[in-house]
Amino acid sequence: MKEFIGFVKKEFLHIFRDPRSLVILFGMPVIQILIFGYVIRNEIQDVKIAILDESKDPVTREITNHMLASGFFQLEQNISSTEDVEKIFKRGRVREVVIFEQNFAEKLEKEGLAHMQILADASDPNSAKMIVSYTQGIVSAYVQELNNQVKSPLILEPRVRMIYNADLKSAYMFVPGTMAMVLMLVSAMMTSISIAREKETGTMEAILVSPLRPIQIIAGKVTPYILLSCINAIMILILGYFVFQLPIRGSLTLLVFETILFISLALSLGIMISTVSGNQQVAMFISALALMLPTLLLSGFIFPIENMPKILQWLCYIIPPKYFITIIRSVMLKGTGILEVWKETMVMVSMLVIFLGISAARFKVRLH
Amino acid sequence: MRTIGFILQKEFRQIFRNRTMLPFIFVVPFIQLLILVNAATLDMKHIEMILVDRDHSQLSRQLSEKFTQSPFFKLVEAGISSEQAEEEMLRNRTDLIVVIPEHFEDRLYREGKTSVQLQIDAINGMTAGLINAYASQIITGYNQELLKAAGKNALVNIVTKYIDIRYSFWYNSELNFKHYMVPGILVILLTLISMFLASLNLVREKEMGTIEQINVTPIQKHHFIIGKLIPFWIIALFELAFGLVLGKLLFRIPIEGNLPLLFAFAAVYLIAILGMGLLISTLSQTQQQAMFLNFFFMITFVLMSGIFTPAESMPAWAQKVNILNPLAYFMRVIRMILLKGSTFTDIFRDFAGMFAMAVVLLSLATWRYRKIA
Repeated sequence: MKEFIGFVKKEFLHIFRDPRSLVILFGMPVIQILIFGYVIRNEIQDVKIAILDESKDPVTREITNHMLASGFFQLEQNISSTEDVEKIFKRGRVREVVIFEQNFAEKLEKEGLAHMQILADASDPNSAKMIVSYTQGIVSAYVQELNNQVKSPLILEPRVRMIYNADLKSAYMFVPGTMAMVLMLVSAMMTSISIAREKETGTMEAILVSPLRPIQIIAGKVTPYILLSCINAIMILILGYFVFQLPIRGSLTLLVFETILFISLALSLGIMISTVSGNQQVAMFISALALMLPTLLLSGFIFPIENMPKILQWLCYIIPPKYFITIIRSVMLKGTGILEVWKETMVMVSMLVIFLGISAARFKVRLH
Repeated sequence: MRTIGFILQKEFRQIFRNRTMLPFIFVVPFIQLLILVNAATLDMKHIEMILVDRDHSQLSRQLSEKFTQSPFFKLVEAGISSEQAEEEMLRNRTDLIVVIPEHFEDRLYREGKTSVQLQIDAINGMTAGLINAYASQIITGYNQELLKAAGKNALVNIVTKYIDIRYSFWYNSELNFKHYMVPGILVILLTLISMFLASLNLVREKEMGTIEQINVTPIQKHHFIIGKLIPFWIIALFELAFGLVLGKLLFRIPIEGNLPLLFAFAAVYLIAILGMGLLISTLSQTQQQAMFLNFFFMITFVLMSGIFTPAESMPAWAQKVNILNPLAYFMRVIRMILLKGSTFTDIFRDFAGMFAMAVVLLSLATWRYRKIA
């Protein structure tokens, strides 16, 4: 036991002697949460548009004003011919061109029908879709205003309730996701690098010939990172709670338990990575390539898993953060108990056992 | 010149001798490209749905049918109470509950107005908005049908004025999300590989002590930096080419613009990224530190680059910060050139900005590199 405590102390010294890494270790989650919270927006806002008004009458001016007053659009320029459209789209600032036909107001008054055209730059398909539907919405609201004396005799109206997140705050989505990502990176990457580093610099020999047993070596390596990860998790939860008013509807004990389970899982993954990689670079590339992008994209963090092709959905089942994100969202935001998430918990436990088993089988007491 | 040649020889040898690293440089990125492009989609299909029909009338059945026949929705349960349905939502088994209330048909014909309740799991606000849009579309569509069925009389004077809106989506008329994601993910992979390789390389020599051997040779600072950069630069450009070929063959991404222009921009961009990697390398003592700095910059850069969300919707101050984000430049330019066929004059400002960034980062890296331990 005394040897073990000494070893843990050594590991802590390694970490605390490197203040720059420490700053990043604790700074990264904070900055990520803030970026997600304040910077990443999915809504349409101040989209630059160009207008080609061949009519220039009160109605077209009115529609233009309605569009600009909505806050979604910003007039970048007026153009005079359709030939300019290609040019301004290629320059990339303008996302939408609105074209009014000639004698717009007159046609609307006399024939009851006027034409307008929306050209959207769909190189970003999602925003293009939204931009077009917002424009349509504004125009049809305007038309309804014109026709407001007449009422439809049969109205079927959807009453929408957004459950768990009435204001559609994006924090509900990214706080659990960021937590999974940060814990995954800190725990898995750090452990794998720290073990690979000892191998690479040759100091592993010294540890292996010490009276420490292999299990103690591994436990000693991960202890400091368990602590750091817990601090990180708490920081993220506090930020989410106080800065973004994220509720914790379920049991805090369960949340803490699941978090610790996920941290252990990530650490065991880190140990496994280190047993298969001979040097730090390999460990880092495995961590970076195999952990960062899949955690971002295959865990349901940003893109829902149900939309993916079937094969990828199967692949998602082996991504540990997927389960953690599901659990956190359920426990924290929906307020579910262990009865609803026991399956996910069991999957994480079995993954933990498998990773530890593989690591134990591969951990060698001799280096070559 | 000969000195650089020798350094190049050494560096290339080191790269190709490291068998375990080779797959990470040449194979893994492309597997990721294939997988992740398919994963990153917001095309909502098979939204899980529970229907609760409390009315059991002809109309409610018709409306239910509209929902079940829609390709967007997948019925997971029907015929349960709304409490049970909410329970199911709690367990993540459904994203949408449609409740058709009692007297649904009666009210519509007697009072002229009736309602349908949509309950949407809104934890992911982005998809909740889409689900709402699709479901509302079905309901309005059905409403229109009912109006038409009600006959001419009911329709009198409903619409006196009408504005016909035609829209067209340029450059991607089918709104294929993959065309948008392939260039984006390619940029991330390219950056990840080159920045990590460059930043780990020098610090590794520091950590192993081999830097001392180089320091005592007559190799000059700029020779050394050039010799370190060129191999990664070539590898990265090669990967870009290979990635584009894959994108063209497998995802049929359009290549509207001038490829030499794209590669010219990429060449400048890579100098900036490699310069940044080297700068990180000179600032770090260990590979672990370098890796941390890398991750910090990478994640911030990626999230702010506009890969998943339009960079234009970020607040003004964030857009100012983005002037210093090389990834945002390349993300924008590669999409402009590939998807829209933008020309040099269109991207001139980005080009100039990127060039300035490359010069600054490379000079900083050269200046920070000291030939002392």
